[in-house]
Amino acid sequence: MSLEKINNPLNARHWIGHMETDYRYTLGVAGERFLKEIKENARIMGAKCPKCSVVFVPPRLYCEKCFTKLEEWVDVGKRGEIYTYTITTIDVDGKKLEKPQIYALIKFEGAHGGLIHRIGETEKVYIGMKVEAVFKPPNERKASINDIAYFKPAER
Amino acid sequence: MSVKIKHYPGEEIETQDFREGKVLFESFKPKAKYAWSAGIAISRFLEELKNGRILASTCSKCKRIMVPPRIYCEKCFKPTDGWTYVKDTGTINTFSVSFIAADASRLKEPIVVAIINLDGASEGMGIVHWLNEYGDWREIKIGMRVKAVWKPPEERVGAITDIKYFKPIKE
Amino acid sequence: MFGKKRVAIVGAGVTLFRRNLKETGKELAYHAAKMALEQAGMELHDIQSVVVGSAPDAFDGVHMKGEYLADGAGAYHKPYMRVFVGGATGVFAPLAGWWHVASGKFDTCLVVCEEKMSSCYPHPQYAFTTIFDPILERPIGMNLIWIFALEMNRYMHKHNIKKEDIALVSVKNKRNALDNPIAQLAANITVEDVLNSEIMAWPVQRLDVSPTSDGAAAVVLVSEDVAKEVTDNPVWIDGVGWCIDSTHWTNRDLYYPDYVEYAARMAYKMAGIKNPPKEIDVAEPYDPFDYKELHHMEGLLLCKKGEAPKLTREGVTQRDGDLPVCPSGGLLGVGNPISAAGLMKVCEIFWQLRGEAGKRQVPGDPRTGVAQAWGDLMQYSSVIVLRR
Repeated sequence: MSLEKINNPLNARHWIGHMETDYRYTLGVAGERFLKEIKENARIMGAKCPKCSVVFVPPRLYCEKCFTKLEEWVDVGKRGEIYTYTITTIDVDGKKLEKPQIYALIKFEGAHGGLIHRIGETEKVYIGMKVEAVFKPPNERKASINDIAYFKPAER
Repeated sequence: MSVKIKHYPGEEIETQDFREGKVLFESFKPKAKYAWSAGIAISRFLEELKNGRILASTCSKCKRIMVPPRIYCEKCFKPTDGWTYVKDTGTINTFSVSFIAADASRLKEPIVVAIINLDGASEGMGIVHWLNEYGDWREIKIGMRVKAVWKPPEERVGAITDIKYFKPIKE
Repeated sequence: MFGKKRVAIVGAGVTLFRRNLKETGKELAYHAAKMALEQAGMELHDIQSVVVGSAPDAFDGVHMKGEYLADGAGAYHKPYMRVFVGGATGVFAPLAGWWHVASGKFDTCLVVCEEKMSSCYPHPQYAFTTIFDPILERPIGMNLIWIFALEMNRYMHKHNIKKEDIALVSVKNKRNALDNPIAQLAANITVEDVLNSEIMAWPVQRLDVSPTSDGAAAVVLVSEDVAKEVTDNPVWIDGVGWCIDSTHWTNRDLYYPDYVEYAARMAYKMAGIKNPPKEIDVAEPYDPFDYKELHHMEGLLLCKKGEAPKLTREGVTQRDGDLPVCPSGGLLGVGNPISAAGLMKVCEIFWQLRGEAGKRQVPGDPRTGVAQAWGDLMQYSSVIVLRR
C-alpha cells in the first residue's frame, strides 16, 4: 500500500458536490440603526461608551472592553483619514480586474475602529490621506454599507 | 429561567418580516464547490463495485472483516492487512421511510433508506443504501433479508450508486 | 478532588429561544454573557478566560464563528478558545471551562454558547448534508432526519417500544416548557397529536422533533476561593465526562449509546456517584427528538436498558415524579439553538439546585443534578454533574 501524491482531486477517484446553502444575515439591533442612518440621513454614526470614553465605529450594542450596553450615538462626520490601504488587481476568483481598485481602512476623528471601503476619483493614495464619503442618491440606498458608493479625496 | 430574572432579551421576528422589509438583512450565497477524493481503501472498493463485487478489509489481530473497507483498524490502530469479498446479500439492521428531501422539503413518494448488515462481514458491519421493490412500506421489517440490485456492467462507473438499491428476498 | 481547584458555577444567563431573532449572533452572545455576569455579581474585568461553544459554522453562515463571536462573548484581550463537538458542544463548553479553572491556571472563566440557525435558509437542515461521508453516503442523499429515524427504529425494535410511549416525552417536555419564559414551543398536546402529526422519516413524525432556533446561553465558572467571595450559593461542578464512538456509524448497533454510558461513568466516578437513579435528583438529558431523552436516560444509567419508556409512562420523569427529567421543557419545548440548548440545560440544573426555578422547581430540595448533550454523527456525549 503506498501513499500516492495527487495534487488535483479530480485525478483521483472522487465525488463532486457543493454545499448548497443560502444565507440571510439580520443586521442586528446596532447594525440596523447604523445602516438606517446612512440610508435615511447620510450620516455615519458611532456608539459611545460612557465608561471607557470610546466611540466605536461601526457602532455596536455593547462595549467590548467593559460590556456596558451602548445607548449614546454620535455623528462622526463624513470625513475620515486613510489608515491603511491596498490596491487590488484581481477579483475573488483570481481574475484580473479591468482597472485596479483601491480599498482602504478609513478612520474617523475621535473614533475607535473604522470602515473598510473603496476609494474613488483618484489614482493617488497614501496613508494619512483625508477622504470623504460619497453617498448614492437617496432613492438608490438600501440600508447597506454600499449606500456609500466610495470615499473620495477630501478638499482641505 | 430564574425567578431572579425578570426580562429575557431577544427581539422576535417572523419569517415574513424578511419579505416585507420589516427587518433589514444582507444575503449571501457561498460558492463552495468540492471534489472529494475517495482515498486509498474506498477507491479500491469503488473499483470492485464496477466488477459487481463488494470489497472488505480485514484485521489479523481482531479478526474483523470490515465494510466499508479501511486502511487502518480503528480498534487495534494498526494497518489492515488483508482484503476479501463479502456477499451482496444481507439483513436489514434498521430503516427509515423518508417523506422529506435533504432540504427538508416534502416528497410525494417516500424514499426508503436502510442500514444493511452484509453477509460475510463481521457482525453488525452495515452499509447505508436505498431499499426498493418492497411493496407496502408498512410491511418492511428489521431483520428482513435483502439482496443488491446492480446496474448493468456497462453503466457502472465506480460509485456506491453502481448498486441501484437493495430489495427484499425470500430464502 | 480532581484538578488543582474545585470549580463552581456562580451565574447563568439565557436569551429567548426563537425561530428568528433580530439580534446578530454577537449581540445574542453579549446578552447571555452579560446576564450571567450580572447574576454572579461580577464585571467583565473579573473574567480571566473565555470559552465559546458553537455548532457548525454553516448555520450562522460565518466561517470561523469562534473569532466572530469573541467580542460578544467578552473575550476582548483575554485567553480565549472555541470548542465544537457537534450537538454535544453545549455541555462540552462548560467542561472546557472547567479545565481552565480546575487546572489552577485561571480563577474565573466565562462560558458562552450561541447559535443563529435562521441565517441559513430555506432550512438549516441542508447545511447538514455535508456532515456525511462524501463518497459512500452523500450520493445516497443522506440527511439529518434519516440518521435519527434509523436509530429510533433500531431502539424501538430492540426493546419492542411503542410510538405511543415515545410520544409521552414530547407531551411532557412541551408541557414543562409552558412554565419556561424563554420557550419557543411550549404547548399542551396529546399523544394523539404526536401520532397524527405528519411523517417526516418514519418512525420520526413532526412532533417527535425539536425546532431550529436562534438563542444564546452563558455561565460563569469560578474557583472555590472566588466562589466564597461572590456567593453564598455556589453550585459545584463535581463530575465531568466525555466520549466519542466510531465514525463508522453504519457499523455500530444504534439501539444503545454506550459512548454516553462511558462519559456518564467518567463523570459519576469523579462525583462519587455509585447509584445514579438514587443519587441524582434532577436530570436534563439531551432531547432533540423525543426518543433521545429515553435513549440518553438509559445511557446515563438512570434506568436499565429499555426501561426508560416504562418510567415515563409511570410518571416517574414528570416534574413531581421521583426522577424529574427535563423540567426545563428540554429542546422539544424550549427550542434547539444547538450549543445554546445544551448550555441551557446546565443553566436549568444550576437554577433547580439553587431553588430559583419558580414554577418549574422540582420538589424535594434537589442537591445533585446531571445535564448531558450529544452530537456529531450520533457518537459524542458530554456529561456534567452539578451539586449544591
